[in-house]
Amino acid sequence: MPLTFYTFSSPPRFYALSGALVPWFWAVALALAGVGLWMGFFVAPTDATQGEVYRIIFIHVPAAWMSMLLYLVMAFWAAVGWAFNARLASMVARAVAPTGAMFTFLALWTGALWGKPTWGTWWVWDARLTSELILLFLYLGYIALVEAIDDPRRADQAGALLAVVGAVNVPIIYFSVKWWNTLHQGASVSITSSPKMASTMLTAMLLMSLAFWAYAFAVVLTRSRAIVLEREQASAWVGELAAADGVTQ
Amino acid sequence: MNWASTGDFFAMGGYGLYVWGSYAVTALLMTAEPLLAARRRRQALLDHDTGGPARP
Repeated sequence: MPLTFYTFSSPPRFYALSGALVPWFWAVALALAGVGLWMGFFVAPTDATQGEVYRIIFIHVPAAWMSMLLYLVMAFWAAVGWAFNARLASMVARAVAPTGAMFTFLALWTGALWGKPTWGTWWVWDARLTSELILLFLYLGYIALVEAIDDPRRADQAGALLAVVGAVNVPIIYFSVKWWNTLHQGASVSITSSPKMASTMLTAMLLMSLAFWAYAFAVVLTRSRAIVLEREQASAWVGELAAADGVTQ
Repeated sequence: MNWASTGDFFAMGGYGLYVWGSYAVTALLMTAEPLLAARRRRQALLDHDTGGPARP
């Protein structure tokens, strides 16, 4: 069979390819996180105004970026699965959701621990924080919805509708610090202006972002493979795989 | 080098609770999630053999 755009939309081929890729994403994630953390704690200087507490930025900003990026990835694959009746795309969308929810929680958690010493409060109902909390509810709502419907394809379609409609929240989060007066500070990094921090701080933050990105690939692909196996239980290739894997009881 | 001693490093200029509270929870979740995902994949193969409950 020639290699085409659709080659890896076949579940067994996707399963094999992703299985080969996962260890590489882990290697990249661990290597980048190692260098990023070393730079973040030992190279980047103490912040002039905030002191050492700013070092939360090296996980806070990457987690927040991933929370928004993964939502768009989830909505994209859910929409592809719905529009083109592509089962694998819907499975990948489902696999993204828990990782996205986890990064959203981490963005909120690290933000609270950063807010307390710098703003004097764990939480405030400003536009940035509230819209990020809504993002967490969208992830949890998506997961609850697709798990609540027994017919997998109907569940995929209902989930896709929720995911696509909820995507409007992502630009709201991103631009919230511009559109409204928020306690949350403005963007640390933007395309139109030079970064507002020391270059070693920026490098450490970008390295951690790439590490989180590689982590997300590794975990989402692993979970996608699990979902493929669960959904393809009846097919011959899964039976052969289970037998060959030596897990026969 | 930012830190004079190990104690200095863990103190984080008095913000140790906030900084390490952030990093500890991040490390915990980013360790647990891959383990759960890997276990789910293994379980899917086991379920196939035992004819166990196939999740949708």
